[in-house]
Amino acid sequence: MKYATHLRNALLAAAAAALLVSGCASTPRVSAEQAHDVLKTSFTERGQAKLDRLEQDDVQKTCSYGPGTAPSKEVLDALEKAQLAAIKFPADGKLLGDWRAGERIAQTGTGKQYSDNAAVPSGANCYACHQITPQEISYGTIGPSLLGYGKVRGNSEAILRYTYGKIYNSNAYTACSNMPRFGHQNILTEQQLKDVTALLLDPSSPVNK
Amino acid sequence: MMQWRGGALMLGAALVAVSVGAQAQSGGDTIKKIEEYRQALADGNPADLWEARGEDLWKQKRGPKNVSLERCDLGKGPGVVKGAYAELPRYFADADRVMDLESRLLHCMTTQQGMTRAEALKVPFGDGEKRSDMEALSAYVAGESRGVKMNVSQAHAKERQAYALGQKLFYYRGGPHDFACATCHGEANKRIRLQDLPNLTETKDAQKAYTTWPAYRVSQGELRTMQWRLNDCFRQQRFPFLEFGSDTSVALLTFLARNANGAEFNAPAIKR
Ligand code: HEC
Ligand code: HEC
Repeated sequence: MKYATHLRNALLAAAAAALLVSGCASTPRVSAEQAHDVLKTSFTERGQAKLDRLEQDDVQKTCSYGPGTAPSKEVLDALEKAQLAAIKFPADGKLLGDWRAGERIAQTGTGKQYSDNAAVPSGANCYACHQITPQEISYGTIGPSLLGYGKVRGNSEAILRYTYGKIYNSNAYTACSNMPRFGHQNILTEQQLKDVTALLLDPSSPVNK
Repeated sequence: MMQWRGGALMLGAALVAVSVGAQAQSGGDTIKKIEEYRQALADGNPADLWEARGEDLWKQKRGPKNVSLERCDLGKGPGVVKGAYAELPRYFADADRVMDLESRLLHCMTTQQGMTRAEALKVPFGDGEKRSDMEALSAYVAGESRGVKMNVSQAHAKERQAYALGQKLFYYRGGPHDFACATCHGEANKRIRLQDLPNLTETKDAQKAYTTWPAYRVSQGELRTMQWRLNDCFRQQRFPFLEFGSDTSVALLTFLARNANGAEFNAPAIKR
């Protein structure tokens, strides 16, 4: 996955370089600061979505590149390292919760939009991007299929930690992933993270039947 | 009005039935069936009602100054509606700003008809009995570009600036989910749940998407414009509320419209 991302970035860079040579030289450059300043004048707060959402953290800054401006491998590796170090694993050492609760969280698409009730726990909408259980046929394809995830990988301590960590912070393993950082960004609670981890790894979850 | 809503609901149910029924088959079949429904509806798009009301509104004397919009310059001279939408957004010297259709309509409603911004935007996006004049006017003006090739200019420095800014904003990640437009619209053949996502960085998808808005949305029973489309995608992006006609909206629309250049405009269309 990671190799594919880096390869794609390299190809995009090459394509953009070719474009420049062929003469779109008059296109003005817009800096991230300029973009940010325009955004600040273009939005108003509504519900739980305040203007601080327009401020970018390190990952968002690094990952807002278009064609031809991909960061170097060193930058992306450093990003992964920093994100990995920031993962907080549960103090009780238990990484698996209730897969049935996990399935409900994976199905729920609401959470963090200004139209959502901030008092209701957020969903994760994993199905928006992934195939997960064989029963749910309404799934998206932005991410890879997770069908049979636990059956294929087993549930060694290493796989448990990788899976929980991946859902907590996707960028710790794939810089600039399109998958949200559910734990790092406080979208899901620790219990919810355990529940979706169980959905993928519990042998009795329909994912692994 | 009511009849159309009933019809729309039935169509909605039909589309759902089609997509559910097609799950055992391939996704391509689903798309084909929806295309067939669209074809069947082609001469009966409820958007007609918005277009007709928009034409009336365009010609009516309105606002404190009691004038019609027939002197409003959409870029091709005062009152010229034909083909105007296919060249928007563009730079307007009188405002020293690049404007999309909806910003321009707002400009004419305030400067020529004398409305306040708040009056002109009382109902930016319609909701049942609360009808939006802006949506109706946009439907009418856009409809007058049917069959015209998209031809958005980059001649003025501010037009180039708007495009470059729009491109930058397309990749700008933020919010709790780290989403940018590119997260959902940067790769080919992706979908969210069962909804196909156009790759707006690729010419063919960008052309198809842009030339089919405004659109009558079956799932809402409303006609929606590009200002609405952007506003609702930013909501899903977990950003705050996008202001109508904001610089961000105009820049993104310049980026999207220019990327559709060369394609035949064909809206108001009908959509899920
Ligand atoms: C917006 C789209 C999106 C959402 C929502 C999403 N993911 Fe992902 N996910 C991705 C993408 C893209 C990848 C591949 C890139 C990567 O590894 O980060 C991925 C990768 C993964 C992987 C790694 C797969 C492997 O082979 O190692 C796991 C596990 C995963 N997702 C689980 C989840 C779970 C569980 C949820 C819900 C809590 C979720 N995802 C929600 C987009 C998404
Ligand atoms: C979280 C995912 C997501 C993000 C982020 C997102 N969109 Fe969308 N967008 C969608 C979905 C889903 C649809 C299709 C909706 C439907 O079928 O009803 C859509 C539809 C569109 C369409 C209409 C396509 C057509 O063919 O009708 C345009 C144009 C568009 N988005 C532009 C944008 C822009 C510009 C941004 C950034 C400001 C953006 N989107 C951000 C999910 C997203």
